[in-house]
Amino acid sequence: MKYDPFVIPFCLGAIILAFVLIYKYFSWIFALNKTDKHKILKGIFSVRIFKAIKEVFLESLLHRKVFRVNPMLGYMHMSLAFGWLLLILGGTIESKVHSLKMFNTPYEPIFFKFFNHDISMFSGAEEFKFVMDLLLLFVLSGVSLAFIKRFYSKLFGMKKTTKLKIGDWMALTALWFIFPLRFFAESFTSGIYHNGGFLTGTAGNFFASFLPLENLTYIAWWAYSIALGAFFIALPFSRYMHIFTEVVLIFLRNFGIKSTKEYNSFSEFEIHSCSRCGICLDKCQLLTAARIKDTQAVYFLQSIRYNNLKEGKAFDCMLCGKCQEFCPVAIDLNNIRISKRMEFASGNNNFDYLIPKIEKTAPIIYFAGCMTHLTPTIKIAMESIFKESKTDYLFLDKDGGICCGRPLMLAGEILNAQKLIEKNVKLIKELGAKTLVTSCPICLKVFKEDYELDIEIVHHTQFILKLAEAGKIKLNKSDLNVVYHDPCELGRGSGIYDEPRTLINKVGNLKSISQEKELSLCCGSSLAGIQLNSVQKELVRIDTLKALEKNNPDCILTACPLCKKTLAKDSSIDVKDISELVWNGITESKIVELTQNSN
Amino acid sequence: MNRKRVIVIGGGIAGMESAANLASMGYDVTLFEKSQELGGHLLGWEKLFPTMRMGKDVVKFLDKGVHLAKVNIVKNSNITNASKNGNLFTVSCGDGAKYESEALVLATGYDIFDAKRKEEYGYGIYDNVITSAELEEIFLSGKPLLTTKGEIPKRVGIVHCVGSRDEKVGNVYCSKVCCVTAVKQSIEIKEKIPDSNVFCFYMDLRMFGMHFETLYKQAQEKHAVNFIRGRLSEACENMDGSLLVKVEDTLAGKPLRMSVDILVLMVGMVPSEGTKKIGTMLGMNFGANGFLKSQDQHTMTSISNIPGAFFAGCCGSPRTINNVFADARSAAMMTASYLEAYDIEERITYI
Repeated sequence: MKYDPFVIPFCLGAIILAFVLIYKYFSWIFALNKTDKHKILKGIFSVRIFKAIKEVFLESLLHRKVFRVNPMLGYMHMSLAFGWLLLILGGTIESKVHSLKMFNTPYEPIFFKFFNHDISMFSGAEEFKFVMDLLLLFVLSGVSLAFIKRFYSKLFGMKKTTKLKIGDWMALTALWFIFPLRFFAESFTSGIYHNGGFLTGTAGNFFASFLPLENLTYIAWWAYSIALGAFFIALPFSRYMHIFTEVVLIFLRNFGIKSTKEYNSFSEFEIHSCSRCGICLDKCQLLTAARIKDTQAVYFLQSIRYNNLKEGKAFDCMLCGKCQEFCPVAIDLNNIRISKRMEFASGNNNFDYLIPKIEKTAPIIYFAGCMTHLTPTIKIAMESIFKESKTDYLFLDKDGGICCGRPLMLAGEILNAQKLIEKNVKLIKELGAKTLVTSCPICLKVFKEDYELDIEIVHHTQFILKLAEAGKIKLNKSDLNVVYHDPCELGRGSGIYDEPRTLINKVGNLKSISQEKELSLCCGSSLAGIQLNSVQKELVRIDTLKALEKNNPDCILTACPLCKKTLAKDSSIDVKDISELVWNGITESKIVELTQNSN
Repeated sequence: MNRKRVIVIGGGIAGMESAANLASMGYDVTLFEKSQELGGHLLGWEKLFPTMRMGKDVVKFLDKGVHLAKVNIVKNSNITNASKNGNLFTVSCGDGAKYESEALVLATGYDIFDAKRKEEYGYGIYDNVITSAELEEIFLSGKPLLTTKGEIPKRVGIVHCVGSRDEKVGNVYCSKVCCVTAVKQSIEIKEKIPDSNVFCFYMDLRMFGMHFETLYKQAQEKHAVNFIRGRLSEACENMDGSLLVKVEDTLAGKPLRMSVDILVLMVGMVPSEGTKKIGTMLGMNFGANGFLKSQDQHTMTSISNIPGAFFAGCCGSPRTINNVFADARSAAMMTASYLEAYDIEERITYI
């Protein structure tokens, strides 16, 4: 057996790491509920496992999603993750081919060059030398980029990078040292024994010309082993925990396990999968516009992980979902935030006084939502469109219905929300309608996700579009140049981007703006931003308006009463709901028709 | 003798009164008014609180003031530029005329809050929602108060604090005059239509001025006006054109809905466009609420950050008429003392 005391730090680190990971993962999996455990068992023996493996390869190794954000950033992550793995695989094969044994000591591939000075004996040795040096160069390029990124993040498309904790700094420093040390150790050895490839061989000869390699080589191997060991020990306490956790997370997700409104051990997998890459930072308007520096997803998850979450941090987020859209690990950030809000929730309200009374019914029910009642022009437009299209409808909350429950949900008051939902569900089911139309994306989201109604649930933009396509209303295209503000709950929240746009193009000229669809900004008045003060909301609002007003459109359109009300506060340009423009068009065409007839 | 010149911008109460005072002290005063008539918003009010004397009575007093003191009056002025060069202020008008002076008083007043910004109250959407200013116009015209269908209203709702003390519209300050205006107008409605019911929806009743409280008591005891503490959440139109208002009665602790035939919104004051425009041209400091900012809240009122430039009236903050009079005279006094080289800045000590 090949052995030298310098391998001890590496082995010790690796053993500790393995124990910690196994302990943590098993205890989290153990804490999952029965159905989720069952899903794991079923998943392991299904084709899903291949899908998971593919995803691990694409995301954890190649970092495809990071590439999409920025190619430089993607390359950096890929060269470190994929490069390192290839280096381990390459080393393993090399050592096995060399020794012609199936099993050797686990550290031999890592310190192969130390133990095997004369490696030209076996066939393919030259090729191995070349490949291993190439891989080392690949990883070293990633390390240098990571180093540059610390000081010049703009090169990687990032204005802000994550502020690190001590554990992260320790692991990061160790990580930075690992590959340069390997390079030195292998080069020094090659300087003496000439067993290096194009990189380590050349560098070895160069170092040999002026360095006392006989003394330095052994020290370099020790240092390399210590760096590895230190990194392994720091790993579970640092952000690098994501390396292994993300892999497990991908498997669990592929087995069909989803995050729930309650914080559970699956959430633990999620928060430990955060690499603190900081991509969410630049996407957060609370940072870029409102200058709140400590609530972004990365810091929020960090504070959960280190058990120092403060109430303010749980409640100042607008839950606009933009960070989630760009998270390379696709962590369900909004759900985690809500689940943490639940822990601060207090109320157990009595809603017995709410007794819904509806006498008649209709195939289509319209739920305007409270915000629509506060923006009566939308309500009037919708009622007019219903009448114009001769739709048999029931205005469910005409005289004030029961709240949809979403505001309470966003506040983490799930129990109270559930009570309201039950009341509404009972009412809607009794009505036996086929379609539920709402003007408010906030209501729409909760109807779709938490109501479990067996009827079609649509936003009014979808409904109007259908009416138009069925020829029940005649739309009138105006000359107005308009821009569209995607409401968070409708766009990122419910994935409805196209119908509003198709509809707008039938009534005006839609101009695209720099930040739309998945990239769209929040109006700032999100019901979720409970702890935000009026100044912070204003900063977000102004930021969003700046993007919308940029090309000086005739009108800013949106599809959410709350967005409309918010943006109208400071906009120099008319802010309207799409339904208003639709109704204006219909009335105008009627006037034209009347005058033509009278002529 | 070469008289020192003063430019006063804004022909409302503050501008007229400070111009009259300065001219009577012997200065050569030119008063600019953007419209064709002096008097400002006062021209739109019929009776004034708390005494119910006529607004035009006060306009007459102000008119006499500027005429007796021989103030030069430039009406229909469209000021395109105002600046200070060296020790002289220059004001240019749209017609090409240029005016110079040694001192300047800005009295550009306030604008009425645009009630359309509180869309939930339905102004501009529902016919029978009007503002307090429009109600005053009706009183002034001598016409009866009727719904758009031409019927005498049986129930009138009055909403306090529209655009004031409301973070949602970005105005966190109190406009001072609306509470007592609401009391005044509700009494007037009751006097004109004794059978009607008047409901005032208020947050707080700020009866800070002398005799305001008496008026409030009178409204309750003599005229049976209903005061309901609670902010209106929304108004919507019933089939017959009347308005359904939703409000929480915070004293009774329960939500309330009621129908009214006419809803009057007590619109607050916002810094006027003129104040913003000319204040910016001169480089004057604005406070957080957008009104002009004095050098010190207590001791340097009316004194702007530009030496020789002063301000009076509601361009500095919402004020009642008697407070505007006091402020206008104080601004005139400060302007005169500046022209006589009295150095008030010398007295400033900061601890």
